[in-house]
Amino acid sequence: MSDQLLVATRKGLFILQRSSSDQWQQAQTHFLGEPVSIVLPDPRDQTLYAALNLGHFGVKLWRRSATRQDWEACAVPVYPPRPEPAPAPQPDQPPAAPWSLQQIWALAPGGVDEPGVLWAGTIPGGLFRSEDAGASWVLNRALWDRPEREAWGGGGYDYPGIHSICVDPRDSRHVAVAVSTGGVWQTYDGGESWACTAAGMYAEYMPPELREDPNMQDVHRMVQCQDAPDTLWAQHHNGIFRSTDGGRHWQDVRAQPSTFGFAAAVHPHQADTAWFVPAVKDECRVPVDGRLIVNRTRDGGRSFEALQAGLPPPPAYDLVYRHCLAVDASGERLAMGSTTGGLWVSEDGGNRWHELTAHLPPVYGVSFS
Amino acid sequence: MSRIVFAPAIQRHMPVPERTVAAATVGAALEAVFRQQPALRGYIVDDQGQLRRHMAIFVDGQVIHDRLRMSDPVGAGSHIYVVQALSGG
Repeated sequence: MSDQLLVATRKGLFILQRSSSDQWQQAQTHFLGEPVSIVLPDPRDQTLYAALNLGHFGVKLWRRSATRQDWEACAVPVYPPRPEPAPAPQPDQPPAAPWSLQQIWALAPGGVDEPGVLWAGTIPGGLFRSEDAGASWVLNRALWDRPEREAWGGGGYDYPGIHSICVDPRDSRHVAVAVSTGGVWQTYDGGESWACTAAGMYAEYMPPELREDPNMQDVHRMVQCQDAPDTLWAQHHNGIFRSTDGGRHWQDVRAQPSTFGFAAAVHPHQADTAWFVPAVKDECRVPVDGRLIVNRTRDGGRSFEALQAGLPPPPAYDLVYRHCLAVDASGERLAMGSTTGGLWVSEDGGNRWHELTAHLPPVYGVSFS
Repeated sequence: MSRIVFAPAIQRHMPVPERTVAAATVGAALEAVFRQQPALRGYIVDDQGQLRRHMAIFVDGQVIHDRLRMSDPVGAGSHIYVVQALSGG
C-alpha cells in the first residue's frame, strides 16, 4: 500500500508519511500560503508535480524529481494568440472564455510507454500535452477547435474546465477527458480527433430540449478502473453514472441519501466497487442532515453502503471536492479531504476512517504516492 | 531613462531589482525588463500579453489606461510602479 499522502490545499502542499507504527505524520510542507490547485505524483518515475494558482501573478507549475530535494520551475501551458478580438459580451450571457490560462485543474501521466508525456486539463477548457516532463506544452487544437466547445459553460468556476483525464492503460492513444460543463470527450488516436461520448447522461435542470445533449453534461469527476478500463464512473451534477463500454454509453445509478456530489473513486482491481461523498443537492452543498458519509457500492451501483465509522458526528458541513477522494493502488487504502480542512484515511476500503487533522486549509486534492 | 520598480509581493516569488530603462511606453519598459528576466513575463502579463487582471501599473502616480498593449507613454525620469491589486483572503 502507499505510505505517502499528498494534500494540495488553498494554502500549501502538505505531505504526510505513514510511520512504521502505523501513524500518519505531517512530514513536509511546501509552497506554504500559496493555492495549490492540483498535485501529481508520477508513478512512472516518482516525480512530483504541483500546480499553483498565484492569483495576482498567474498559474505556475513546479516539479521535484525523486532524486532531488528542491523544486524546479516548469513551463506552464500557454494558449496561442487569439485569432481575433474577443467578441463583445451578449446581454445576460457570460463573457467568452479568455485564451489565457486561469487554472491547471487536472494533471495526468501519459502511458507507461510514453515516458515524459503529461496531460494537463485547464480552465478555460484546454487540454495540453507535454512530451518533456513539463518543460514545454502544446494545446490540443483538435479538441480546442471543436465548434461544440463554444457551448461549454462554467461549472464551479466562471469558465469551463477539464478536470478529469483517463489514459487507457491498454492503449495510451486512447484518452478520455471530462469537462465541467461539456460532457465526456474521447480520442482513440492520441488526440488527433475527438468524439463526445456522454450518451445516457442527462441533466434534469436543463431546458427539456437540452437535457440529453451530450455536450451539455456537467460531469464533476470521472474515474476509470485500472484493471477493467471499460468501466468508468462519473459523479455528475445530476447524479451518478456508470459506463461498462469504455465510456461510450452511460447508465444512471441511484443511491441514498443523495446522488449529488463532486468526488468519485473506483477500486483499481474491482470495477464494481466505487466510492462517492454525497451532498444534499446543487443549491445546498453540504452533507445530508449534516452527516458526513462515504457512499460505497460493491455491486456496480445496485446498492450502496453509507460508511460513517470514524467520520465526525453530525452536524458536520464538510464538502469534499472532486479531487479530494483518493484510493491507492491496493484498493484498500483511501484518503479524503474537505473544504473545512478535515483529512481522513481508511485502511480497509472505507469501513473505518481515521481523522488525521481537522485544521488544514481548504483541501483541493489528495493523492497517494 | 525611466525607473521601474516592482512591488514587494512579487519579490518572494522572483527577486526583481529596481532598474532604469530607456523606453517610450510602459510596454516597452516591461519588454526591456523581460529581456533580462524572461521568467518574469508570466508573472506580469497573461497568455495574450495583457496586464494580469489583478495587477496595476502607475506612471508618476497615475494608473495606466491601456492594460491591453500598455501603450501609455513614459518620459525621461518617469517612475513606473508595478504593483498587485488587492484581492482574495
